[in-house]
Amino acid sequence: MMNKDLRSIAIENSDEITQEWLKEINQLKSVNYTEEISAELYDNNNQEFLNVIFHSIRGNGSTKVIKDFSDRIIQLGWPLSYITDGLLVFRKVTVNTILTKLEQSDGGFVSEIISSVDSWVEPIIRQLVNEYSVSWEQVVSLQRIALQELSAPLIPVMDNITIMPLIGTIDTERAKFIMENLLEGVMRHNAEVVLIDITGVPVVDTMVAHHLFQATEAVRLLGASCILVGIRPEIAQTIVNLGINFSNLPTKSTLKKGFMLALEITNKSIIEMDNKSQNMDDLLGFGKGSEITNENSNLKTT
Amino acid sequence: MSSQSCVTIHKEWDIVAARQMGREIAKQLGFGTVDQARITTAISELARNIYLYAGEGKVYFEVIESLDKKGITIVATDTGPGIKDLSLVMEDGYTTSGGLGAGLPGVRRLMDEFDIESETGKGTKIVTTKWVR
Repeated sequence: MMNKDLRSIAIENSDEITQEWLKEINQLKSVNYTEEISAELYDNNNQEFLNVIFHSIRGNGSTKVIKDFSDRIIQLGWPLSYITDGLLVFRKVTVNTILTKLEQSDGGFVSEIISSVDSWVEPIIRQLVNEYSVSWEQVVSLQRIALQELSAPLIPVMDNITIMPLIGTIDTERAKFIMENLLEGVMRHNAEVVLIDITGVPVVDTMVAHHLFQATEAVRLLGASCILVGIRPEIAQTIVNLGINFSNLPTKSTLKKGFMLALEITNKSIIEMDNKSQNMDDLLGFGKGSEITNENSNLKTT
Repeated sequence: MSSQSCVTIHKEWDIVAARQMGREIAKQLGFGTVDQARITTAISELARNIYLYAGEGKVYFEVIESLDKKGITIVATDTGPGIKDLSLVMEDGYTTSGGLGAGLPGVRRLMDEFDIESETGKGTKIVTTKWVR
């Protein structure tokens, strides 16, 4: 019943606790939180945070209000330290206030006050920290899925010619993906030539080179061939310094040059057409309507 | 004048963190894009060696700025199993992991100065420097 008593002291003196708390928390603002939070927003949020704390103390730890509050501040991107600092300050201020109200300094009693104030504050800290970390974990796992989706796309551009553009860092897991997608794609699209574009790969070290060699060797075993394209000059120099031998893998500086080589290998060529009379809309299929509209558009362009 | 920063290598993605930090420092020091790529690749090799063979270790970056020259020193340390035969790992094509075996000799060629110390059972320390030209 002691606890109940202390609780009512805290609630009765909530105005005083609020004043002290705001004073301390405003001092922390300049140290902890970024300038981009306006003073007004900061004050509003502080008031709301206090309401949540007192609501929780009155309601013996109701979690609904805390959940709503945390959802909102996570959305707004408030730092987790705001929560932990706020509650630590609240604990200190409340213990001090109760002590001065009771004008008692018996050691056992003080520790009882501290432990009962702790028991009000701790569930709030726990829940808020949990809400934060769950939200982070969700973001991380969603991003992991998004990255996987981006990791190794295979684009069939023509019969027998397929392109795999690689963008970003290649780690062991992604290297496996690349290999699987590459081989599966070669079979599915019946590819004769695969162009692997590494323009977007920031670092080509021995491990990346090793994985590229393995992938191209596997493609070769399926009867297709690989051309490595998009090798930037600095990457070329680094590869030479590292002493990696790329001589058994055909390479080209750009995707365009690689594509020309791929056309040659598959006995194809690009022929420029003569008749320039056909206008763009016709080719793109927009001019399917009546002939009059076609003539009209011709008039406009000439 | 010198300043130091450090990345702990524990997971595979720490390798990326290490080389991003290294690239940033190299860029600020005024290295060209080719040297930036060399330094980044060297960091990648060193950090990957820690991750593959020692499991855990640290990569330090030191900025050296004296009157006549500027440069970056990369220190890779671990307390892993160490390397038995140093001359063997500095040979091209020697590998224990099925890789290309170009890592350490490659780093020596990518950088200007290279020093390796290792004791079996105690760990390995590699100190390597690149000067701004």
